[in-house]
Amino acid sequence: MIHDFATWFVRDVLGLSIEARWGAALHFFVYDTLKIMFLLAAMTLAMGTLNSYMPVERVRAVLAGRRWFGLDHFVAALFGALTPFCSCSSIPLFIGFVRGGIPLGVTFSFLITSPLVNEAAVAVFAGTFGWKVTGIYTGAGVAVGTLLGFVLGRFRLERFVEPWVFEVPASATDGSGDRRSFRQRVPSIFNEAWLTARKVAPYVAVGIAIGAAMHGFVPTGAFEGALERDNPLAVPMAVAVGVPLYANATGVIPIVEQLVAKGIPIGTALAFMMAVVGLSIPEGLLLRRVLRPRLVAIYFGSVALAIVALGYLFNALLE
Amino acid sequence: MKIQVLGPGCTNCTTLEARTRTALAAAGVEASIEKVSDYAEIARLGVMKTPGLVIDGRVVVSGRVPNVDEIRGFLGR
Repeated sequence: MIHDFATWFVRDVLGLSIEARWGAALHFFVYDTLKIMFLLAAMTLAMGTLNSYMPVERVRAVLAGRRWFGLDHFVAALFGALTPFCSCSSIPLFIGFVRGGIPLGVTFSFLITSPLVNEAAVAVFAGTFGWKVTGIYTGAGVAVGTLLGFVLGRFRLERFVEPWVFEVPASATDGSGDRRSFRQRVPSIFNEAWLTARKVAPYVAVGIAIGAAMHGFVPTGAFEGALERDNPLAVPMAVAVGVPLYANATGVIPIVEQLVAKGIPIGTALAFMMAVVGLSIPEGLLLRRVLRPRLVAIYFGSVALAIVALGYLFNALLE
Repeated sequence: MKIQVLGPGCTNCTTLEARTRTALAAAGVEASIEKVSDYAEIARLGVMKTPGLVIDGRVVVSGRVPNVDEIRGFLGR
């Protein structure tokens, strides 16, 4: 339906051929923008509704209150994926978890997955790469968080947490104080979704515009030589470039989709995306406030390594 | 009345502060607004997700940006 609208708009309203370069680029832009903005609205509303009933305080109570038969890390990673989260909250969240009685490793599972799998990235992913790749990306994000949290939890890393964190009084609010009815919640859910979408949308629109230009003007297979599958350094290079880029770079997803369409292997592209979305320098600087430099390095190093490993895995498994 | 807006200065916190000022003006309430950006202080108040709004030492909302009417409700007008 959206596709038909885009075709009608470009061909009948603007009078361009969708086979010609400008027509193809414009068609791509109109179609992808409408589709992705629709998905972004749907995702932010769905996550906002969920989060309204399941605020972080309640997540903490669930994680702290029960032993999940060894599945704590997986449950924490799952919550991390489902909880919308701005990197500016990572410090109070870290302190709240650690002081609420949640083990460091489980806290890491949440912290690693949360930015990696967020509603905006998933929406843009689904709109550009389709549901299969989105599912793989989401599963990989949860797996990375689960595994790394588990591994990091085995080492006694508490000694690399800044001591003042443990001086913050333990708090135990469980988020059950919000007794608003669904009808009362609706305005604030829409309001939250709108604030999130507004923040991401400009970057995504620019990304789609660049992707559209590439779609129309760059010949298929143009990048095959640059990041070839048999170039063993392609994945680590892609991750090294991706880490310094900031999380709002969800806008680069449509560009990466075009890179894949023009010949870059999907595993390399996914590794790049995970590095962009999951790790960023501002986030590292924030974490430095609560973690000693060595633990920040361990955190970033292990996540980056896991992403590189996933990139190789996907290149081997996916076509 | 003492009001604290918690947050490191991201968009949400700025929006919350602006709406709080609007709500105060609309309700005709005199209050001092303090911006709290220190993470230790935010954590000490028990807030895990910014932004947060604290009125007279009590956290009334955290993790989302309430609209002006809701803030007026918190002000008791």
